[in-house]
Amino acid sequence: MSKNLRINKNKFIDQTARILFKFNGKKLYGHKGDTLASALLANNIHLVGRSFKYHRPRGIMTCGSEEPNAIVQIGNDPALTDPNVRATEIELYDGLEAFSQNCWPSVNFDIGGINNFLSPLLPAGFYYKTFMWPASFWEKYEFFIRHSAGLGKSPNKPDLDLYDHQYAHCDVLVIGGGISGILSAKLSAEKGLNTILVDDKNNLGGSTLYQDDNAFKINNENSNIWLNKQIEDLKKLPNLTIKKRTSVAAFHAYNYLLARENLTDHLSLHERKNKIRQRLWKIRAKKVVIATGAIERPLIFSNNDRPGIILSSSIKKYIDYYGVKTGENVSLFTNNDSAYEAAISLNKSGVKVKVIIDIRENPNSVLTEKIEKAGIKILKGYTVIDTNGYKRIKSFDVKKLSKDGGSVVGEKITYTCDCLGISGGWTPMVHLFTQSGGKLKFRNSDNVFIPDENKIPSEQISVGSSNGDFELDDVVNNTIKSIMVFLKLDKSNYEQLNIECSKEKQKRNIWLLPSDKPMSKTKPFLDFQNDSTAKDVKLALREGFKSIEHVKRYTTTGMGTDQGKLSNMHALGIIADTTGTNMGELGTTTFRPPYTPLTFGAIVGRNVGEFFDHTRRTAIHNWHVENKAEFENVGQWKRPWYFPKNGETMNQAVQRESKAARESAGILDASTLGKIDLQGEDASEFLNRVYTNAWSKLAIGKCRYGLMLNEDGMVYDDGVTTRLGENHYIMTTTTGGAANVLTKLEDYLQTEWPDLNVYLTSVTDQYSTMSICGPNSKKIIKKIIPNLDLSDDNFPHMSFKNSKIDNVNCRIMRISFTGEHSYEINVQSNFALNVWEKCMEAGKEFNITPYGTETMHLLRAEKGFIITGQDTDGTLTPSDLQMDWIIGKKKYDFIGKRSLYRSDTIREDRKQFIGLLTDDPKEVLEEGAQLVESLEKPIEMLGHVTSSYFSPNLNKSIALAVVKSGKKLKGKKLIVPMENKNINVTITDTVFYDKENKRLNA
Amino acid sequence: MKNKYSIFSLIKNAFSGHENWQRTWSDATPKKEYDAIIIGGGGHGLATAYYLAKKHKMNNIAVVEKGWIGGGNTGRNTTIIRSNYLWDASAGLYDHALKIWEGLSQELNYNVMFSQRGVMNLAHNLQDVRDLKRRTHANRLNGIDAVWLNTEEVKKFCPIINTSPNIRYPVLGGTLQKRAGTARHDAVAWGYARGADQMGVDIIQNCEVKGIKRIGDKIEGIETTKGFIKTNKIGVVAAGHSSVIANMVGMRLPLESKPLQALVSEPVKPIIDTVVMSNAVHAYVSQSDKGELVIGAGTDSYISYTQKGSHNVVEETLRAILELYPIFSRMKMLRQWGGIVDICPDASPIISKTQIKGLYFNCGWGTGGFKATPGSGDLFAHTIANDEPHKLNSSFNLNRFVSGDLVDEHGAAAVAH
Amino acid sequence: MFLINCPYCGERDQSEFSCGGEAHIERPKQPTELSDDQWAEYLFMRKNVKGIQFERWNHIHGCRKWFNVARDTSNDKIHAVYKMGERPPIK
Repeated sequence: MSKNLRINKNKFIDQTARILFKFNGKKLYGHKGDTLASALLANNIHLVGRSFKYHRPRGIMTCGSEEPNAIVQIGNDPALTDPNVRATEIELYDGLEAFSQNCWPSVNFDIGGINNFLSPLLPAGFYYKTFMWPASFWEKYEFFIRHSAGLGKSPNKPDLDLYDHQYAHCDVLVIGGGISGILSAKLSAEKGLNTILVDDKNNLGGSTLYQDDNAFKINNENSNIWLNKQIEDLKKLPNLTIKKRTSVAAFHAYNYLLARENLTDHLSLHERKNKIRQRLWKIRAKKVVIATGAIERPLIFSNNDRPGIILSSSIKKYIDYYGVKTGENVSLFTNNDSAYEAAISLNKSGVKVKVIIDIRENPNSVLTEKIEKAGIKILKGYTVIDTNGYKRIKSFDVKKLSKDGGSVVGEKITYTCDCLGISGGWTPMVHLFTQSGGKLKFRNSDNVFIPDENKIPSEQISVGSSNGDFELDDVVNNTIKSIMVFLKLDKSNYEQLNIECSKEKQKRNIWLLPSDKPMSKTKPFLDFQNDSTAKDVKLALREGFKSIEHVKRYTTTGMGTDQGKLSNMHALGIIADTTGTNMGELGTTTFRPPYTPLTFGAIVGRNVGEFFDHTRRTAIHNWHVENKAEFENVGQWKRPWYFPKNGETMNQAVQRESKAARESAGILDASTLGKIDLQGEDASEFLNRVYTNAWSKLAIGKCRYGLMLNEDGMVYDDGVTTRLGENHYIMTTTTGGAANVLTKLEDYLQTEWPDLNVYLTSVTDQYSTMSICGPNSKKIIKKIIPNLDLSDDNFPHMSFKNSKIDNVNCRIMRISFTGEHSYEINVQSNFALNVWEKCMEAGKEFNITPYGTETMHLLRAEKGFIITGQDTDGTLTPSDLQMDWIIGKKKYDFIGKRSLYRSDTIREDRKQFIGLLTDDPKEVLEEGAQLVESLEKPIEMLGHVTSSYFSPNLNKSIALAVVKSGKKLKGKKLIVPMENKNINVTITDTVFYDKENKRLNA
Repeated sequence: MKNKYSIFSLIKNAFSGHENWQRTWSDATPKKEYDAIIIGGGGHGLATAYYLAKKHKMNNIAVVEKGWIGGGNTGRNTTIIRSNYLWDASAGLYDHALKIWEGLSQELNYNVMFSQRGVMNLAHNLQDVRDLKRRTHANRLNGIDAVWLNTEEVKKFCPIINTSPNIRYPVLGGTLQKRAGTARHDAVAWGYARGADQMGVDIIQNCEVKGIKRIGDKIEGIETTKGFIKTNKIGVVAAGHSSVIANMVGMRLPLESKPLQALVSEPVKPIIDTVVMSNAVHAYVSQSDKGELVIGAGTDSYISYTQKGSHNVVEETLRAILELYPIFSRMKMLRQWGGIVDICPDASPIISKTQIKGLYFNCGWGTGGFKATPGSGDLFAHTIANDEPHKLNSSFNLNRFVSGDLVDEHGAAAVAH
Repeated sequence: MFLINCPYCGERDQSEFSCGGEAHIERPKQPTELSDDQWAEYLFMRKNVKGIQFERWNHIHGCRKWFNVARDTSNDKIHAVYKMGERPPIK
């Protein structure tokens, strides 16, 4: 365990600085530049986690985002812990603490490991076939299933980190900083195009960065040296932005891409302080270059999942980049030349490769010959049939493949090892291409899906190995060639490159490698994280799940946190082989965003907490706060709900406020009501069309209440509109409906009635409104505006006057929502607070009482006035509301009129608006309570309570409701059945207070 | 009879290396003629076929599916099942479905994992409270097990919700239906397919309907990519593509097909054991048995058949999620996808005859069709078999858009559309 | 997120716009003359096209103008943008 497998020479890892970290509580050391995975491997730790279903020991398999096994919990602060972090991606920092997941009590001894022995009982989809008896027990079984599932643990305290958003617009976005991405970005930026290059690693260069061997040369230099020079030149280009540690998560239509930049996850905890953790870039690119590379495939054979089995290219990177040996007794198993590159690296680092098992009969290429000359044994035409070792691979068995590759022949040979490198070829990363809507085509020669150049959905191009070029010369030459066309370049400095590289000579692919055992005795894993095997895929096919999507869902193949980056191709291959279909016809499963998992925090950015939604406050808001108002959210507005005094409850406060408003004077901040300024010679005609009643004859200076319907005839909004001039009106709407009403009116005006000359302007924020009501309201207004004639003759109810308060222009409307004599003062918002305070001062002697929405609701309910949205719900017509009077009978048309005469809307037994009195006057009904005539089952519900209050002015409970045929049922007794009691009520008129409207002019 | 599923059959098959399981359903090639054809092999279509065969003894029928069964909204939804709808008609429809759900695994001998973990709808403003209380009262009187919870009770039932009074839209209470919950969506399609197949129903995949042949007002058959198939009765259960099928007979429907998105997080150990929906702070979330947080986003405002929606819809949804569950900020979105939902103006479905004899539509389920699958299939089968709606779906006819007798359930769906 | 070419402002992100559904459904000039069926056609029935759809968009967080868009609903490609009152420039 304590062995150090670090090679003492490396330019990427700073070995002068040791970094302390903990894994499962054990103190370990690594270096700056390490990932957690490379640091663990340097400490000879392979066993990192347990698998999802069978709890099999699993180790580090890869060195990137495709890692299915080595996923860990980082940190143990309940607010900052991160579940399911790939050890291969997280950069080591001082104090990093990582824990194995999905194991108990420890990764070394995991009780769940028993599932491995039960595995014959747990084939794909076993849960669909059992846990059904007894019927009521599913939730009990499920409890255990849930607790054994899941991987890491969610944080359980609110996140303390900050996330950010930034928009970027560019001419060219290059995704991927490997050799093809570097060349693309360079060509683009040199042309003068505004270019962004993103790469998910902390160093540019991709795998060429550490390809330090004379088998790969560009212009007579080893490819890594040549590339480094290009990168140095690249960094000097002025119109290029390089974003490292930035991963493109999604490629949406119209070249809209999301990229997540990691800013602090590689820093120690104290270095992170006050820094933004992640930034989500929202990029709109004119052109996109996808250079996302390819991922090496594993090979599918029995027990191919043991710790110590690693992709050969990852072995190479651990040695050449991180300076870490993945073992000391290493063998390789391959179907292509990649493993030979790993062999070269291993050889250079002093690890002698014991044997290379190559399923090809005749791989002879420059690379394989080089290895043969180095004296490494190659078994050609052989396959690994099984492996041994529980927590780490100890040995593997090999047999000769039959000619057709369908079986094995000859003697079994066993080799000991502590690491087996595997390579099954390469899969281009076409995720982003398909996310954007691109279609793939299948290349039979090496079994890859690559972008179909005839089905590219936007201005984009795929280059390099993500486009299916795997040899260095093809990658470089084709990238340059296609970028020159894509960016319309006439020439480039790269046209005469001299590239030397080994070329692969023979290809052979067997999706599921044969074994000498019957299939049922083998465990050839496909999806390592989800524990789905080739057997599961075959079982699914036997059971009739033929579509690739069905197989995926039935076996869960490709549904782990790696989303099938390693497993999907093999699943497809096995389906194709088993069903005798061409893979190209089968197609792939859909690649869904994000490419790699994306934190919710990054997606949301700053728009949480107080920025969750805009908060709209009136100009008088601070006064309300100072006067201890409780607030109600109405749409985005904060409205005073009530003003409790000296520890009053809401009920007490509302009773006091309501009485004061009727007995002397109350004042309400009504600024939130929507205000729309209408001007133009057709304004009256426009109102005629949008409201149910007639407007042409409304005199200048007069106000009128209007009801607005939807085209379906249902009440939509209401409010008072005032005629300020011949062609000038101000309309008020409900608080919540303001924006929608304006949009709707604009819609009609622009699209249906463009011939009308009317202009609409929202002035909700520009004007503040305060409503003063009560018998002393007149005296208060008189004090504030002494020169205004307030006589009923000069200034009657439903009229308006322009006036001035302290030289401030104001509009005074004499309108009332409480039934009291009242005035509404409208002033420019920046003067509103002063005017409000002046009203309060003037009203002091009359005990002017500020009241909130609750009292307003109560007072209007006493008068039977509706509140749209509370007493209406989009299913009531004006007639249902007993407001037939507001329908202009002579009007030819208005919005919604035709719908009022449909067979259902003219029914007599529709739900209609009525008043209710409880038999017990102290009993206040619950808003939303239902009304019935009889409690006999089945209970027929006749309607429901829409508004309900205890009226201090009437000293009894009152309610408004809608009831079937309610208009005809005045005096009828109904029942409100509550959970614990039944309340008897009587249907009444909707107006409870001052039926004669005497108080309006009092 | 196919093999019956049980723990014993699992053990028995384990000994033979699971080599002897039979097909869940067989891929049929179309016959020349059927007594009825169901267009659309989603949950609703398969359930319709199942009940047509089982309850109405119509065994010479077929389900035609242009892709793979269960591949549309059945396999794309957030699997929430509940019946706490406001209006009597809806409550009747959805509770009929819920009652079937309660015994569905046993009936189908296929574990659909119906898990009655409860569904809670939250209220965030005073009108929400009124609306949800109204719904709770109506539910109770309709025999649906809804109860009102105050803020403390909400917190107790789901402790991870941020019920602080200081958030932008504090939780003011909620309504809880305990019989509600979730089920395994794919299993529903597969279980019904298996059941229907056992009774002789032909399930024809990769068979796209290209046209409907009729003579006068009488259905003659369908043109498909696998040829012409004769029939006198067609039940269309094509969800987002309903209008496309309707167009084949020159009909227009009151539908708009819009993108609806959903997403899952990476799997974690159990953290939320119920389903929580919120209308005002638009988010709903549950956790799958696998451990993924399953989150439903909203619909886009435009029609699209791409099965893709706008990113801002996802962003807004997660914003709401973090508002209510700030502990999820570090959780990671694993996968995000879209479906095409066919939305009716009143947010209620259509299970109806049409003016064309032998042509029936089951559509308009909008954002909430999964929960109704068994009930919808049962009632649609009844409607097709009898050429007459069942009383539970009589309100959900096409004529309501003419008469105005809508079933306005906008308040019941936690999706602003 | 589409990029929509507002005929008054130019190309803008979709988040600035809202969609108003199918275009060229003219509000009947004489609603009272219509039968319930005809009125329902206007009110509720939609083509809901899979393919090129002519639809209305409003630059609601911009110039607030309504205009028409011809968009293929099967791939979300916008083929044309034109002003209210104009006929579709494509079929």
